[in-house]
Amino acid sequence: MNLVLRETALAFRRAPLLSALSITTIGFSLFVFGLFGLVAVNIERAIGSVAERVEVVAYLKRGTPIETLALAQADIEAFPEVARVEHVTEAQALARARRDLTEFQDIFQDLEVNPLPASFDVRLKPPFRDAAHVAEVARRLQAFAFVDDVRYGQDWVEKLDRLRDIAGAVGSAVGAAFALVAIIIIGTTIRMAVLQRSREIAIMRLVGATDTFIRLPFLVEGLVKGLLGGLVALGLSAGAWALVNQALLRSSFFTPAQAAIGVVAGGLLGLAGSALSVGRHLRSV
Amino acid sequence: MIKFTGVTRDYPKTGAALKNASFHIKKGEFAFITGHSGAGKSTALRLIYLADRPTEGEVRVSGFATARMAAGDIPRLRRRLGIVFQDFQLLEDRTAEENVAFTLEVTGARRTTIGPRVMRVLTQVGLAGKAGQYPRELSGGEQQRVAIARALVNDPVVLLADEPTGNLDERATRGIFQLLRDINASGTAVLMATHDLDMVRSLPSAHLIELQGGEVVYDSEGDAPAMEETP
Repeated sequence: MNLVLRETALAFRRAPLLSALSITTIGFSLFVFGLFGLVAVNIERAIGSVAERVEVVAYLKRGTPIETLALAQADIEAFPEVARVEHVTEAQALARARRDLTEFQDIFQDLEVNPLPASFDVRLKPPFRDAAHVAEVARRLQAFAFVDDVRYGQDWVEKLDRLRDIAGAVGSAVGAAFALVAIIIIGTTIRMAVLQRSREIAIMRLVGATDTFIRLPFLVEGLVKGLLGGLVALGLSAGAWALVNQALLRSSFFTPAQAAIGVVAGGLLGLAGSALSVGRHLRSV
Repeated sequence: MIKFTGVTRDYPKTGAALKNASFHIKKGEFAFITGHSGAGKSTALRLIYLADRPTEGEVRVSGFATARMAAGDIPRLRRRLGIVFQDFQLLEDRTAEENVAFTLEVTGARRTTIGPRVMRVLTQVGLAGKAGQYPRELSGGEQQRVAIARALVNDPVVLLADEPTGNLDERATRGIFQLLRDINASGTAVLMATHDLDMVRSLPSAHLIELQGGEVVYDSEGDAPAMEETP
């Protein structure tokens, strides 16, 4: 192992320019992918924050005993899709209407009887905020005898679904294309390093080095280059993000976990690229 | 120790480089393979160190039957051979000492033993004083000595030399040839491919195999031509 590390260090020392160049190349190709990732992350967050407003409102029949409602609320909270259930009483509904609908304030002021029904406002957990699940929850709420009507803005939820589908499909296609480009560039870069040392590889084989032994320094080299390239890409992405944030619009950056995954993915790409190029080279000679 | 039995090597494009060749090189021998370029000398050597495999026939090297050998076992065979080429095949960015030590390192020798073993073979080839120099700082003859030292450091059973003096002037050639004879005198078999007939004549006691168009046309140690066996 010691020797493998020494050989890897030697490879960097002997060809510092080529090493720096390949790290930069890997860095930039991952940076393109990183930019795409930032756009994707922000679109996803935007859609997520819109989806937070997905709410199913079940209007309750007047006169339903409070014990029945309390039991039912516990039942509904136990639905796997449901995050929380808020019981809005008639008085609360009126107070909310007075607060939110200021243009009708006069009408609400003069009321003698409260026309607004009580309701259960049901919020769903993030993975269930789509049309199918929302409709399913609405259907189940409708089945309670004390529920008068269920509303959830079907049109709106369906549009949100479509938006999510489009973003997902475009994101996957563009992401796959960028990832493919990154893989090809990284593979080519590492292949250059392998070719540069093909003479050395031939000599190693002649003196009886095993293929594993020949391969290891290249794998370590690929991993290190990929990780460094990943860090370069992360730095560039952070710079680009800071610029955009300052000049154009507030957006969010990768979470530390996402950033770490990105850098590690760079390392793994480097490792895979090396394994592929060295393997192909060893088979061809 | 090296035994070719009816060995043919066909190349799809250029035809047969070796045709039904049989010969036997024994332990401790000095053997020449001669012939014009293209006669099959290098092919024969390549079959020994398994850079290539026979299309037909069998090559046995130091107890290994090479035809059925798994690719993973090839390094084990190569560690018992020393190989020297016309173009030296040294690593340009390592010193003479590092080039020799490289062989031991890649074969997993213990680190403490590497230094002394390297110095011993460099002394043997007469380059102890130039251990720290790079190949470009050495003459052709000296570079070939480094290559020979590298081939010797693993104590091979046979030293394979493919036109080892092909790139050298006359003086360097004589020096390298003498070195190979000294190595042979200390017990290591030497198999040398060459078209230098003067060199061959200067060592009449050597085992001589002559190839022509891929066929063995003369073998000084071979059995009398056995092909026309008549009852």
